[in-house]
Amino acid sequence: MKKIKAVAATGNLSSGFREETLVHAVAQGAHFIGCDAGTTDSGPYYLGSGYPRGPREGTKRNLRIMIREGLKAGIPVIVGSAGHAGGKPHLDWTLEIVRELARENNWHFKLAGIDCEIPKETLAGEFLAGRIAPLCPAPALDETSIRQSARFVAMMGIEPIQAALKSGAQVIVAGRCSDVAIYAALPVMEGIPKHVAFHAGKILECGSAAVAQRYYPDCMAAEMDQQGFTIEPPNPAFRCTPQSVASHSLYENADPYRLVESGGTADTTNAKYEAISDRAVRVTGANFIPAEKYTVKLEGAALAGYRSIVVAGIRDPLVIRQLDAFLSGLRTVLEQKIADSLKLTRDAYTLQFRVYGSSGSMGQLEPCPQVEGHEVGLIIDVVAPTQALAADILPIVWHTGLHHPIPEYEGLISSFAFPFSPPGADMGPVYRFCANHVWHLNDPCGPFRMVLENL
Amino acid sequence: MRELWQFTKLIRSKNAGPFELTFDIMFKDEDCFRKVMASGKLSAELIARLYKVDLKQVRYFVIEPLLTIKISIPRPVFSGDVNDTDVYGGQFHGPLVSLKIEPS
Repeated sequence: MKKIKAVAATGNLSSGFREETLVHAVAQGAHFIGCDAGTTDSGPYYLGSGYPRGPREGTKRNLRIMIREGLKAGIPVIVGSAGHAGGKPHLDWTLEIVRELARENNWHFKLAGIDCEIPKETLAGEFLAGRIAPLCPAPALDETSIRQSARFVAMMGIEPIQAALKSGAQVIVAGRCSDVAIYAALPVMEGIPKHVAFHAGKILECGSAAVAQRYYPDCMAAEMDQQGFTIEPPNPAFRCTPQSVASHSLYENADPYRLVESGGTADTTNAKYEAISDRAVRVTGANFIPAEKYTVKLEGAALAGYRSIVVAGIRDPLVIRQLDAFLSGLRTVLEQKIADSLKLTRDAYTLQFRVYGSSGSMGQLEPCPQVEGHEVGLIIDVVAPTQALAADILPIVWHTGLHHPIPEYEGLISSFAFPFSPPGADMGPVYRFCANHVWHLNDPCGPFRMVLENL
Repeated sequence: MRELWQFTKLIRSKNAGPFELTFDIMFKDEDCFRKVMASGKLSAELIARLYKVDLKQVRYFVIEPLLTIKISIPRPVFSGDVNDTDVYGGQFHGPLVSLKIEPS
């Protein structure tokens, strides 16, 4: 019976792995090398702006080793969610690195790029046709807000990757992609059952994170067969235990048992994790429930404004002990000043005081906002429709705040300790995630555009 | 009076996507697990109150073979929104760490 061995280079293409581990893993007999390059964890900025998350040199080093080993062994290399957010600019950034590597090393191979950025007009039409539905919770989305957004991507399942494999591509770089699909596409094509391939993919996608003690990021390998899979780290310094593997499936998942993917759900409620050596674990017992409708997840980002910030310390205990009143009094003064000098009403911008030492990390949810220490860190956060406006509001805010009086003192005071000159900084555009929706497709490959190049 | 962290080998919060938050509380051993479960302190009601969500939005999983409790809620503020305070969602669990547990 056919066994398929998958190697994950690491958990994210921008983090590292040991070269000797990947070489060893491939030499042990792999059918493909995969790597997840993206996540929504760092927020909407990358999707909204089109900027990839680097570092470029680190990403290039990783791709160099992966492609070199893949070509040497004659096995495909599959990268998903390119450039962190998986949109067209992110995909192009990654493809350019691959072309550079091919030129520099005199490599010749077939490269597939799979674009999953969706034009807003297309999505607006699909929305009106009733083919887009919200998940729970989801931001409000309609055809107007779709048109006003910055960028949308559809998260591909296994099918577009399978199409690239069938076209003979040796290196596949995909835009936004299910983490699981990177690792399940080839095995399913080769006859591995979906409940095995999807479960294995979920554990592989974080690289060496599923080991008992992860000293540094590194590779992971899983061999899949008809009944289940065996997971064993290729680095001899690491080991997987039933505990470490099962516990890892909890990470970043809202539901520990249901893995919802395009085309169906892998249910791991009855999965068994058995140690077959002191470092390898045999996993069986997942179940696959096909979906009634084939849907792909939609991610979108919309511009929310432009941000400027000021960082300041406050050390005077008399200011600190009345800080709430100080800041709310300051806000009242500021609203008037900003209205007078810039002709802006309160709802034309946002002004937030983030008080570290009180409730900076948890905001409104902080159960114990009373300041216990002798100082607080204040970030004044202004978001306005343009950067120029935010930059104009900011000096009014920090200069007024600096000299805002307290009743205990007579004379002019300076209550903010700015670490920097200038005290403020422009942070650039601020985006928000504007979609958490699914899109019903008749063809799983339909919206995804593959371009093949012979390098 | 002991606090929750003294019974555990891990307490964490993390985004499960930008719109949901998930907490993992992994206990040191079966004795610790049973004591905290029996105390009733780490309840769905507590989570609903602390994080200001409806009780029916709290998903509470007891994973006995892993001596773990997982609790998932919708993020009260979506990751990266203008008024967000924690993009990765990694520091929401702070108040749980010092939760007083009365072993029964």
